[in-house]
Amino acid sequence: MSTTLLISGGRIIDPSQGIDKVADLLITKGKIAWIGDKSKAPSQPDLTSIDATGLTVCPGFVDLHCHLREPGFEDKETIATGTKAAAKGGFTTICCMPNTNPPLDTQTSIDYVKKMTEIEGTVQVLPIGCITKGRQGKELTEMNELAKVGVIGFSDDGDPVSSSRIMSMAMDYSQDLGLPIIDHCEDKELSDGGFMNDGWVSARLGLKGIPKAAEEIIIARDLALAQLTGAKLHVAHVSTEGSVELIRRAKEKGVSVTAEVTPHHLTLTEERVMGSQLTYDTNAKVNPPLRTQEDIAALIQGLKDGAIDAIATDHAPHTLVDKMCEFGLAAFGISGLETALACLMSLVHGGQLDLKTLISKLSFEPARIIGTRYGELGTLKAGCRADITLFDPNKEWIVDSQDFVSKGKNTPFDGCHFKGRVSMTILSGKVIYRDNSA
Amino acid sequence: MKTIEPGAGIATPDTFPPPPIAVWQHRHILDLDDFTREEIELVLDTANAMSEVLTREVRKVPTLRGKTVVTMFYEPSTRTRASFELAAKNLSADTVSLDASKSSVTKGESLIDSLRTIQALGADFIVMRHSQSGAPYLATQHVNCSIINAGDGWHAHPSQALLDIYTIRRHSGKLDNLKVAIVGDIMHSRVARSNIWGMSTMGARIVLCAPNTLLPRYMENFLAKCQLPHISIETDIEPALEDADVVMPLRLQMERQQSGLLPSLREYIQLYQLTTERLSLARQNVLVMHPGPINEGIEISPEVAHGAQSVIEEQVSNGVAIRMALLYLIAGGKNK
Amino acid sequence: MPERTLVSPQDIQRALVRVAHEIVERNRGASDIVLVGMQTRGVPLANRLAATIQGLEGITVPVGSLDISLYRDDLSSLSLKPTVRRTDIPVDIAEKQVVLVDDVFYTGRSIRAAMDALIDLGRPQSIQLAVLIDRGHRELPIRADYVGKNIPTSKNEEIKVYVKEVDGEDKVTIIAPGKEVTDEND
Repeated sequence: MSTTLLISGGRIIDPSQGIDKVADLLITKGKIAWIGDKSKAPSQPDLTSIDATGLTVCPGFVDLHCHLREPGFEDKETIATGTKAAAKGGFTTICCMPNTNPPLDTQTSIDYVKKMTEIEGTVQVLPIGCITKGRQGKELTEMNELAKVGVIGFSDDGDPVSSSRIMSMAMDYSQDLGLPIIDHCEDKELSDGGFMNDGWVSARLGLKGIPKAAEEIIIARDLALAQLTGAKLHVAHVSTEGSVELIRRAKEKGVSVTAEVTPHHLTLTEERVMGSQLTYDTNAKVNPPLRTQEDIAALIQGLKDGAIDAIATDHAPHTLVDKMCEFGLAAFGISGLETALACLMSLVHGGQLDLKTLISKLSFEPARIIGTRYGELGTLKAGCRADITLFDPNKEWIVDSQDFVSKGKNTPFDGCHFKGRVSMTILSGKVIYRDNSA
Repeated sequence: MKTIEPGAGIATPDTFPPPPIAVWQHRHILDLDDFTREEIELVLDTANAMSEVLTREVRKVPTLRGKTVVTMFYEPSTRTRASFELAAKNLSADTVSLDASKSSVTKGESLIDSLRTIQALGADFIVMRHSQSGAPYLATQHVNCSIINAGDGWHAHPSQALLDIYTIRRHSGKLDNLKVAIVGDIMHSRVARSNIWGMSTMGARIVLCAPNTLLPRYMENFLAKCQLPHISIETDIEPALEDADVVMPLRLQMERQQSGLLPSLREYIQLYQLTTERLSLARQNVLVMHPGPINEGIEISPEVAHGAQSVIEEQVSNGVAIRMALLYLIAGGKNK
Repeated sequence: MPERTLVSPQDIQRALVRVAHEIVERNRGASDIVLVGMQTRGVPLANRLAATIQGLEGITVPVGSLDISLYRDDLSSLSLKPTVRRTDIPVDIAEKQVVLVDDVFYTGRSIRAAMDALIDLGRPQSIQLAVLIDRGHRELPIRADYVGKNIPTSKNEEIKVYVKEVDGEDKVTIIAPGKEVTDEND
């Protein structure tokens, strides 16, 4: 394929430049040349033309939170399969969480991830380093070293940093690096032994619940520490109304905090565990758990008014063995890269969220949180790397987990009718995914 | 051109009295939340007939001859397992009992693999008890045998609730408008949950009585969402027992105190033990029931446990009749 | 499908009276007879026989009910189970002449099941069979000792017995499907 691509006739939506119009876009040598009219295009014989009529053209999606499982858990996912899944989902840059084995708490393990990405990765993978050694919550990692090696932030995700003392020190220590501390906010003593949201469904099903307060307590603590230390805090996978309110008020006070929410927390409630009959569906078992209608409304409002900055998938693939068992024993997590857009489009089609906001939360805003050390991401500005996603906002399809490119087939959306599907994903001016379905 | 031979292609009338129109919709017995009143009454009426069989010299009928009932218990039990096995034997079925603690489960075999093995061995029915809520639902998705839930985690124990309802009916006729007080660890009680479904379908009014730490926080939301209006919650035992027609204390497990849900057994006994004095708040002909095994001196005083109002032993014998009825009603049938 | 009455209420009553006489005659009195009616319609018929015998001999013959659902040989193929009704035999049947009473005698499978049930309940000295209607087509080597009426039928016909105590009236009807007309266009 030539290095000159012309994408024509699509509706170009670029929140970073406030663009929303039907126009054409030219890519040369892997970078965006211009957005305008195709008559301006050079008449090269090797120019590749892509007809984007009826499609939406936007910056490639950026996922702040995803689990690639490699090294250590290659039966669940590898960098190869995970990045392919990302491409299929329209993501051009993904940030991988460090709860691998070994965890990403030293330069060596991060170099490994970078190496594997180079050899087998389909999209750009940005590493997140651990906050504490081995994610044990006891000693800080060599944050400076990790920053040099290119992490975009620090997290012990999978687990919170339970000790307030350690969290406070992590925030102090990481400040000058200008990188966020990303916390998985969960009070383990309160949530201990819980399998789903503490609510009427858990009461009916006879399952121990995880109370909303377990998340809100640690968010409140982290916000107080962020205010105290002046560090950058990023709250992972916000799931409750109370959490949104805490973050909103902290932002009003000027605390340096950002937050993300997952597609499944925006669209599913705890009732999904019951399935269509009372099936104790382990595909709906996730941490933080699916909550209530009130929480969904608050999360959507948070996206609209900026309390929540970005959408991140928290893609958590698991093997069949990990999920096809008793509810209490099943692993937590949803394999979400390939259904993210379609699932979110249901909010757009339902009138709860507008398309421009959605695209912004999937591209521009997460890029802002990552910063510019990897260039300007999440934008279609001229001169920037040509990471572009084309999707059909109205294409109807039915989810079949067997079609997933990811090794993880664990999705609560199996069999769902969705409207909206990625058509093509372009990274650095090269087409890395093309939808060949009917 | 078609001709029809007399007798060919036309169903010959059954030589037995024809079965009644379908009231029964179940292939498995998982919980009582999807039983209609008619279905519960069918179980009770069938148990009546089974009770008569139990009074005979030869307590056996050939109904399930050639069928195999496998009991698979992941939690220890004496009465429930023996009850199911006797029920199966009384119907001439073959029984096999598997104790998970002594089986390949200790070698790491998964539940699904164990069930598949049991199916491959020829089981028609699997009676299972498991510590994880929802385990029998998983079973129905992976094997074709009829699954009977003998207790899953905190979730359900349908045969217990049915025998409780049967016991009450034998004494009081109908359950409509009877006040039933269930006292104890509601949070962890599968017996309470199944009785909530079953007894309210039969028209009873239920009072759940427990300290706050032993009640699910969202119990009221659960009851409202599932449209169970005649159920109320009390933390104080006296209003719960007042004018009750049936009182059912639940077994208090020692672990509850150990995990800090209660400050001490002493305090629980002081506030919630069913004593003769407290029992006098109830109706004169109140029935005292208990799912067993009893912790005498904890949730119930020995005097009440063995007193005139106690039907606890009768519950056990009724259990065999109810379980025979359940096995009979879900047996066989190619036209599913 | 047309339903035709074959036996009137009066004829039913006459047949029952005759059968009662025959029972008493064969057993030389009524002192050690137990009448056992097969659920459901056999039970009121057994009661009527007992009443007639009471009038004849001045003896109260004990009447029991027997439900054979648990002894059926076709349970595996039924997805809907028949409701199991009461089996209630008020006396010990050991050393007694048990007379089973049923409304329709057809293949004989119900009676086979009934005999198994009786033998589980005790050891009667003899088991005899009284039926209101015998419609033929035996599939087992079983015969009736007392027959109210013989009605030859074909297998695709259905005999329905209505009994006042259960159905509100007494009659016996036959339902015969009409012959299928062959379609020239087939």
